[in-house]
Amino acid sequence: MSVSLSLTVNDEAVNAQVDARTLLVDFIRNNLALTGTHVGCDTGQCGACTVLVDGNAVKACTILAVQANGSKITTIEGLAKNGELHPMQAAFKDCHGLQCGFCTPGMVLSAIDLVQRHPDADEATIRAELEGNLCRCTGYQNIVKAIAQGAAAMRG
Amino acid sequence: MGNSELNTVGQSVRRKEDYRFLTGCGQYTDDVNPPHHTHAYFLRSPHAHANIRRIDTAKAKAAPGVVAVYTGADLTGVNGLPCGWLITGTDGQPMKEPPHPVLAQGKVRYVGDGLAMVIAETPAQAKDAAELIDVDYDAVPAVVNPVEALKAGAPQIHDGAPGNKCYTWALGDKAAVDAAFAKAAHVTQLDIVNNRLIPNAIEPRAAVASYSRADDGYTLYVTSQNPHVERLLMTAFVLGLPETKVRVIAPDVGGGFGSKIYLYPEETAMVWASKRVNRPIKWTAERSESFLADAHGRDHVTHAELALDPDGKFLAMRVHTTAAMGAYLSTFASCIPTILYATLLAGQYTTPAIYCEVTAAFTNTAPVDAYRGAGRPEATYVVERLVHAAASEMGIAQDEIRRRNFIREFPYQTPVALLYDTGGYDACLDEAMRIADVQGFAARKAEAAKRGKLRGLGYAAYIEACGLAPSNIAGTLGARAGLYEVGQVRVNPTGGVTVFTGSHSHGQGHETTFSQVVASRLGIPIENVEIVHGDTGRIPFGMGTYGSRSLAVGGTAIIKALDKVVAKGKKIAAHLLEAAEADIEFKDGKFTVAGTDRSKAFGEVALAAYVPHNYPLDKLEPGLDETAFYDPTNFTFPAGTHICEVEIDPDTGKVAIVNFSACDDFGNIINPMIVEGQVHGGVVQGIGQALLEQCVYDQESGQLLTGSYMDYALPRADDVPSFKVTTKVTPCTHNPLGAKGCGEAGAIGAPAALMNAVHDALSAAGVTYLDMPATPHRVWSALQAAKH
Repeated sequence: MSVSLSLTVNDEAVNAQVDARTLLVDFIRNNLALTGTHVGCDTGQCGACTVLVDGNAVKACTILAVQANGSKITTIEGLAKNGELHPMQAAFKDCHGLQCGFCTPGMVLSAIDLVQRHPDADEATIRAELEGNLCRCTGYQNIVKAIAQGAAAMRG
Repeated sequence: MGNSELNTVGQSVRRKEDYRFLTGCGQYTDDVNPPHHTHAYFLRSPHAHANIRRIDTAKAKAAPGVVAVYTGADLTGVNGLPCGWLITGTDGQPMKEPPHPVLAQGKVRYVGDGLAMVIAETPAQAKDAAELIDVDYDAVPAVVNPVEALKAGAPQIHDGAPGNKCYTWALGDKAAVDAAFAKAAHVTQLDIVNNRLIPNAIEPRAAVASYSRADDGYTLYVTSQNPHVERLLMTAFVLGLPETKVRVIAPDVGGGFGSKIYLYPEETAMVWASKRVNRPIKWTAERSESFLADAHGRDHVTHAELALDPDGKFLAMRVHTTAAMGAYLSTFASCIPTILYATLLAGQYTTPAIYCEVTAAFTNTAPVDAYRGAGRPEATYVVERLVHAAASEMGIAQDEIRRRNFIREFPYQTPVALLYDTGGYDACLDEAMRIADVQGFAARKAEAAKRGKLRGLGYAAYIEACGLAPSNIAGTLGARAGLYEVGQVRVNPTGGVTVFTGSHSHGQGHETTFSQVVASRLGIPIENVEIVHGDTGRIPFGMGTYGSRSLAVGGTAIIKALDKVVAKGKKIAAHLLEAAEADIEFKDGKFTVAGTDRSKAFGEVALAAYVPHNYPLDKLEPGLDETAFYDPTNFTFPAGTHICEVEIDPDTGKVAIVNFSACDDFGNIINPMIVEGQVHGGVVQGIGQALLEQCVYDQESGQLLTGSYMDYALPRADDVPSFKVTTKVTPCTHNPLGAKGCGEAGAIGAPAALMNAVHDALSAAGVTYLDMPATPHRVWSALQAAKH
């Protein structure tokens, strides 16, 4: 069954017809060719597919594309403006908060959501809030450092 | 910018690759979508051990969207997957190498063993069609534990491997060891299980195979740590294709940790099938497939003994290990519990006599191969658990017993084949103790005790053999390949430099580190250097990245190529400057006539090489593009001390890491930020092994019980603390960078340090032995048992 969708992705209006069972992550990767959103586990545990839906971090493998109808979606491709990294992206680079880069898009978007809810998050809060995002490379230490630095930069 | 500022070696230069990863511009295999591509799905065995009476694919072939269905019977002319290392047993016989079919031939041997490949227009259609394949299984008993597999009467997995034995192999002087034990003042014994792990790179394995009728050639995008090795094995050994007809590209790869070294069945079947269906084929593993069918790691059962004199000097070590191979021999499976394990049992110590015997067993599980550290974590765990236990039993302080036995004179020939070129073990131990504040531990322990908590401190003074490897030595030990590396330095006409390396980066940051090396050597900005890796179509050759070898071996190959570039540049500069070649010096990006201010910049020489109007064409070819193969003369020996402090809640059994400190000696360091990141990641994988992770198969059915992230406890951010990591330097003596390698150290040192801390904490409560992982349930149970 085909359904029609109308939503905003990275500040651009998107209208599409999709199979009703299409997952949001597949819609983003396959229909929109935004391959920065990754699939690491298919089961909602690794967080590599995290995007912002109306500003909230959502694992895009856990909802259907049709559930995002009418919403405003930000993927990792939509963060940097005019080639300038978002403060959280810049902090990840500065703190070496990424290695292979596969979990990174989800980490950065989860981090932005985290900072929106906890602008002054301490290390324990950051670690607890990252429960839903797996990284196998960094040991998390530099991710935690990056999020603290990114939070400070976002506070301005 | 002054030229000295171009020398960034030793600086934490931010990574060149990060912009693309941070903006979603990475190109991973699953991001590759050739026009008109199809999708593959692999039907896998639900049984651990079964004969296949019949496979009926008729319904699947007729299902919507299906392009083709292939089973093992269709793969005529396709050989089994080879093993890259021949181990010769104590009986003088070669190891047993039963066939490793690309798709099952008459029998399945583990849950996840591939039976059929369905190719369809969409992934869902391929998966739906696979459910229509009718397989008539004759399930037979399975065995998943390597010790059980070797017992009389165990289910026989391969006709060609009686008793499920792959080999029994030994290293060391048994008679000398037995004699030393006979006169020992004290003997410490341990029975150790090194728990089976699943590597779990966050990017699942994936492949995209295409065939072109235009040149009868194939292109394979694949999640590989070593694309040239993948191509060599696939073409020469399995598919019988010319290497020239297969291009293997490993683009951005999302972590490997060993699991992406190997030639796997899936991509092999896809390359074969891409010509038959004449369309590109794509496959990306679901995470459940990763758990089932990626090569696993560790899985040793060991009895280890240490003989000591009255002063705590080590006299001898005797180790018997049973190692699981899984159902088939993966690419490097056979050398992990032998060459990369027994040779490390000297550790940092002068133990004069060591004997190790290893029996490798086939089991009804996924194949076992290298996982971060690969044999060396297992060896360090044996050595450092023995040392900890011996010190405790003899009442010697943990640092003191290590100091009494440290190697201090180099080069040092161990009794287990390795020649350590250099090291400084006291310095790392001292520094680790300082940053761990060992002096304050007694007070912290007493304070914790007041709160009813048990505190413990654990040491691991590890060593690893990296920089694999001198090909002639590896060859005598059974390697079926060389272990050199290749670097090509192409200076472009306008002075920019493109470096082609046989190493592969899947998180290690080679694009930055190698650029630092090249830019500093040539005196050019780091931005003018481009690093190309992971493509057999662009890079001359390569052995890939594993065993912490990339900088020590791959980096040295680049240095050797740079030397050739500079040597040729001197000839060109001599001509341009009308001076003798012997008088030309190259420094800070300039070719200078010694003792004068007459010079030519690197860029001017590069331009002259490509626009040879004023050029010694009678003596010198134009162009500036040099290639070097570098074969190391020895292994490198990174070493260090990790110290872990834990606090255990006896009511819950939960182990909290309150402090983890590491002082490592990786030789010279190019980029400290990247090195620290490697240590952090390795330590957390080591903590994962010690506290959280364990691959569990049901002993009866052979079903994988830890087949998802809900059942297999990968460390999460709140499972671990931040660490204190630092380094000491003794430069490697036999490569020009003085580099040793840093990728695996954390995973090698951490498990032993952590478990020694756990044992230290629990000793007062009467608990004497605990295997990894020290889960709350296991710790609590041990505490209860000790009360009774």
